[in-house]
Amino acid sequence: MSDDEVAASAAPGGHEPPERDITDGGPEMVQFLAADGTRVELSESNEPYAAYLEDVGTDEMVAMLRDLILVRRVDAEGFALQRQGELGLWPSLLGQEAAQVGAGRAMRPQDYAFPGYREHGVAWCKGVPPENLLGMFRGVNHGGWDSNDNNFHLYTIVIGNQMLHAVGYAMGVARDGDVATGDADRDTAVMAFTGDGGTAQGDFNEALVFAAVTHAPVVFYVQNNHWAISEPNDRQFTIPPYRRADGFGFPGIRVDGNDVLASYAVTRYALDRARNGQGPTLVEAFTYRMGAHTTSDDPTKYRISAEVDAWKAKDPIDRMTAYLKAEGAIDDSWVEETQAEADELAKRIRKACQTMPDPPHEEMFAHVYAEPHQLIERESAQFADYQSGFED
Amino acid sequence: MSTQAQQSGSTATRMTIAKALNAGMRAAMERDPKVVLMGEDVGKLGGVFRITEGLQKDFGEDRVIDTPLAEAGIMGAAVGLALRGYRPVVEIQFDGFVYPAFDQIVSQVAKMHNRSQGALKVPMVIRIPYGGGIGAVEHHSESNESYFAHTAGLRVVTCSSTEDAYWMMQQAIASDDPVVFYEPKRRYHERGVLDLGEGGVAGASLDDAPHALDEGVVRVEGSDVTILTYGPMVKVAHAAAQAAELEDGPSIEVVDLRSLSPLDAELIEESVKKTGRCIALSEAQTFASITSEIAAHVQEHCFYHLEAPVLRVGGYNIPYPPSRHEEVFLPDLDRVLHAVDTLLAY
Ligand SMILES: Cc1ncc(C[n+]2csc(CCOP(=O)(O)OP(=O)(O)O)c2C)c(N)n1
Repeated sequence: MSDDEVAASAAPGGHEPPERDITDGGPEMVQFLAADGTRVELSESNEPYAAYLEDVGTDEMVAMLRDLILVRRVDAEGFALQRQGELGLWPSLLGQEAAQVGAGRAMRPQDYAFPGYREHGVAWCKGVPPENLLGMFRGVNHGGWDSNDNNFHLYTIVIGNQMLHAVGYAMGVARDGDVATGDADRDTAVMAFTGDGGTAQGDFNEALVFAAVTHAPVVFYVQNNHWAISEPNDRQFTIPPYRRADGFGFPGIRVDGNDVLASYAVTRYALDRARNGQGPTLVEAFTYRMGAHTTSDDPTKYRISAEVDAWKAKDPIDRMTAYLKAEGAIDDSWVEETQAEADELAKRIRKACQTMPDPPHEEMFAHVYAEPHQLIERESAQFADYQSGFED
Repeated sequence: MSTQAQQSGSTATRMTIAKALNAGMRAAMERDPKVVLMGEDVGKLGGVFRITEGLQKDFGEDRVIDTPLAEAGIMGAAVGLALRGYRPVVEIQFDGFVYPAFDQIVSQVAKMHNRSQGALKVPMVIRIPYGGGIGAVEHHSESNESYFAHTAGLRVVTCSSTEDAYWMMQQAIASDDPVVFYEPKRRYHERGVLDLGEGGVAGASLDDAPHALDEGVVRVEGSDVTILTYGPMVKVAHAAAQAAELEDGPSIEVVDLRSLSPLDAELIEESVKKTGRCIALSEAQTFASITSEIAAHVQEHCFYHLEAPVLRVGGYNIPYPPSRHEEVFLPDLDRVLHAVDTLLAY
């Protein structure tokens, strides 16, 4: 039984959810690469998106795998840095690499991303230096990068808030006439990312309403990793997220989030629709959070390991590696070289993290307002005065 | 039920504030089957701070409800449950996540009783772990009690000791008014004594609570300066009083306000009239805050007794900063003693 069937048959109050097979995305799930790395035949569900892979050559697929490997390494380094006390917290994307790299690679430079706090793979594809992501988790800033450098917004911690920002941004894009011009470098779409838990928030649902009635060029990308901290997603919904779109009046698609080709193809389709003026789409990437929610979490309190094992067998990197090896596109030495490249990248991140200076305390008072503010000026002067008393 | 007290056979036991809050909820749930807990991750995980640990196991999923990740939803549903005769105790995971529920709290929770001219009651407790000092990312360290104290119809309380955690939680749940209960998260693991007398937990009733919910308490007696404070800062004030005493400095009185709305006006006035000097201390930004209210109140009611202006010591008026600034953002012993010196120099 697929997870949506299970969920749909749950008791109204959800008291005793029936045993669930959360590894089965059901027949509607778009997939091009099976868990063992073989190509999936065309079917009713994946056929509409097949065209988006036609121009994807071997080199590009190898580049996708490289991204997956590097992004996993960035994540592992973030985790290690937290364990060594260099970061206060790290939300791992382990298992969600393909969902994010597929989506990230489908975006064009002018497309704008509104992430939650776990979208390190999307950041990577948008060209955001991974070092930028560390400041917030190290406690030296609240984000600190300029979102407009790479069209990748600051991380948002409050669940759901950014979904509306994305819609508003997309409304602006449409008003500026940057949709449906036929100019591939001009037409712009916006992507909003959240988790399965995030779909319960008012902000998320309000974002769907706004997108629908304004016909905004936005793609909602829900990474259904099956858990919101300790709560399995049957605490968040009884029909799967992709079917939610229907009630708001635009298409919803479920894609295998562990299949980078599928997440790429479906996202390209949805972004094209947005850029062409056809309005919003909701994509649900069916995936799994392999690790803890964050480094502060202890999943042994609530999760059974059999579930994790079942998902291990669907690993996005193993799958793509097997496929490209069978195609003769890569060999063991390519994998080794890429791993070595990943290690170098990790070293670079580690060094950047360890040498990241603590901000001078006076900086707390900077940028609270865009214009001069009496109270802040007085306080910052008093603060400087008080601090100087400790200097000798 | 069994507690450490009963297991060890003694009536007084040392436990953390976290455990005392848990024991308080447990006692309330045993006393009244209408008490239900709700919130994100409160069930199996026992909440991200484990304050509800073990309660779902013992009381079941109908009494300890893992809710969808939707604060407005949690709060609005709690209103409905309260209207139906339940006593919901809702957990907001971190201070900074109460805002999605803000509308429900200030428009509905606070006003239902008044709007119905007293016909309706919405007894509920909104538990909020608050304050900084834990090295967290943004939205996890805020002290937003002033927003709710500003709203008539809500009681706002906080605890600073094991004993208060245990009793105030039960009193808040028993109150027919909605109570916003601020839990000082960086003090969760501090231990204190809970003495329930001869009968232990089984024998204790709410009438045994040492103080009323809206009473302040003098924690340290002194004669030169009063520090009016609450929650996580009580410990800092305590340390200041001790430091001053050790150095033969001024004698500091520490008043733990406990209730922020209403404030224990009588106790505040009594203490300030005695000492003639006072500091209002909290982690929150000082502008338009509880400490502003205290300063205004004291100057209105104790004007002729004051030897010096009321000083406020609190967070600066900036967004709660990244954690690497916490040590200077949060009031510490030095800042409090500096304020004491300032007062005495008048
Ligand atoms: C408004 C709000 N409430 C609570 C939290 C605390 N919190 C952080 S992450 C999380 C679970 C999120 O789950 P999901 O949306 O499925 O995303 P995932 O982390 O699994 O990717 C919660 C409850 C928050 N950040 N924001």
